[in-house]
Amino acid sequence: MKLVMAVIKPHKLDPVREALTEIGVTGLTVSEVKGFGRQKGHTEIYRGAEYSVAFLPKVKIELVIPNDRVEQVMEVIRDAAETGQIGDGKIFVIDVERSMRIRTGETGDDAL
Amino acid sequence: MLPLARFGTAILAVLLLPMPAIAADTLNSGDTAWIIVASALVLFMTLPGLALFYAGLVRSQAVLSVVMHCVGIACLMTILWLVAGYSLAFGDSVGGWIGNLGKAFFIGVGKDSIHGSIPEVVFAVFQMTFAIIAPALIVGAYVERIKFSGVLIFSGAWLLLVYAPVCHWVWGGGWMAVLGVMDFAGGIVVHATAGISALVIAMMLGARRGYPEQVRPPHNPGMTATGAAMLWVGWYGFNGGSQLAADGGAGMAIAATHIAAATAGMVWMIIEWTKFGKPSLVGAVTGVIAGLATVTPASGFVGPLGGLILGAAAAIVCFYAVQLVKHSLKIDDSLDVFAVHGVGGILGSLLVSFLALAMFGGGGLAEGQTAMGQLGVQAIGVGVTLVWSAVLTVVIVKVTGALTGGLRVSEDQEIEGLDLASHGERGYDIGR
Repeated sequence: MKLVMAVIKPHKLDPVREALTEIGVTGLTVSEVKGFGRQKGHTEIYRGAEYSVAFLPKVKIELVIPNDRVEQVMEVIRDAAETGQIGDGKIFVIDVERSMRIRTGETGDDAL
Repeated sequence: MLPLARFGTAILAVLLLPMPAIAADTLNSGDTAWIIVASALVLFMTLPGLALFYAGLVRSQAVLSVVMHCVGIACLMTILWLVAGYSLAFGDSVGGWIGNLGKAFFIGVGKDSIHGSIPEVVFAVFQMTFAIIAPALIVGAYVERIKFSGVLIFSGAWLLLVYAPVCHWVWGGGWMAVLGVMDFAGGIVVHATAGISALVIAMMLGARRGYPEQVRPPHNPGMTATGAAMLWVGWYGFNGGSQLAADGGAGMAIAATHIAAATAGMVWMIIEWTKFGKPSLVGAVTGVIAGLATVTPASGFVGPLGGLILGAAAAIVCFYAVQLVKHSLKIDDSLDVFAVHGVGGILGSLLVSFLALAMFGGGGLAEGQTAMGQLGVQAIGVGVTLVWSAVLTVVIVKVTGALTGGLRVSEDQEIEGLDLASHGERGYDIGR
């Protein structure tokens, strides 16, 4: 099993969710996060005063999938989340040791 | 000759005082109904209008503290107004400087005593709502870093030592009223006093931690716009109610007020659009408030065209006043109380000398008075008010600081935010 963690632009959440649903992904977790990368922050102007905002709002999605689906999921997320602009985000893939569905006690891929 | 002279005196008195002091002392139920409604509108300006306007402009860890400042001030000012404030402002004059204590605890202000054409208790309550919002305006100068005890002590002392005397001078038959100073609804009494005092306390208290580079931007512009909208609506009562009658004068005051607010909002938008590329919501509503503050002293003396001119002037002058105070003088009057309210109130108090003329659609000046002559009178009124307010504020801040062991919270508390540090509450808690 792999944990796919993607940090994307907030307005790309819906396209990513729809694309993942289409290929049969049955669940994911979403968090509103802030951070910076190459895009750095931005400035906001209120009453003529410039405020530098160092951390930009992003959305982090996390999903655990069987090993053989990793390439497909990464591709689908990239296709759906890409704007071509700096700040589109990143995808990370991490090994997952074990899993369990709390309601039934199923483990491994069956719990996904 | 004699009736004519008497008529002239009557006109003069009506122009000098916001209240028709010489009107027949018979109760008019229409007037009474309007002033009761106007009182509610003016209270609504502070709670929750001003509270939300300011709360949206601070960082999220101080949102409740700002609302609490406004609530605390509303409670304390009410009590002080009853105990002594009303009497100091509107009691029998002691040499034109201050009212005596004959009306302390509203003595003699029963439901049967009449002020003009309304019950005096209605007048006292209407004026009480002004006494609440004036010190509440100053909140914007000291947000995110002041002790709550300091807010209460400072505001209470300020009400009795700054607001009540100036209110007496202008509206209570004091020396400015005799001199002929025109201040329809509080450009001098409310906005100039609060504005200059805000600047002084901001300088004495020192800037927010990290000012100017690292202070946080307004945490909720939508909240600020909501509060500004309530202020805008409430201002119908502030200026329209100051006519103290339900008549054409009140209607014209409301028309001028609304036109000034809208024009100032529009002009501020245009300034930001051309200077920064984008018109912001915070900017637009700041313009509206600047317009409202500026038209306040003039509202009952000018016509719709006067409102238009005052609004445009307000946006331009107050926009650059913000830049001057914040960026050139580096004074952290955090929410621009002086630049928006103070400068607006002063500007309107001076411009009324010209815009009250019939050629601008105004009601005219006192008989025999010229625009330049009136400008001199207005300048004296504004100048003395600024000096009095600034000097007394220095004294009050010093004494308050001594009583509270320093007016500022500790650095740790400032970082944590006043909501938790001073009030043990949080405005926002994800998951609750």
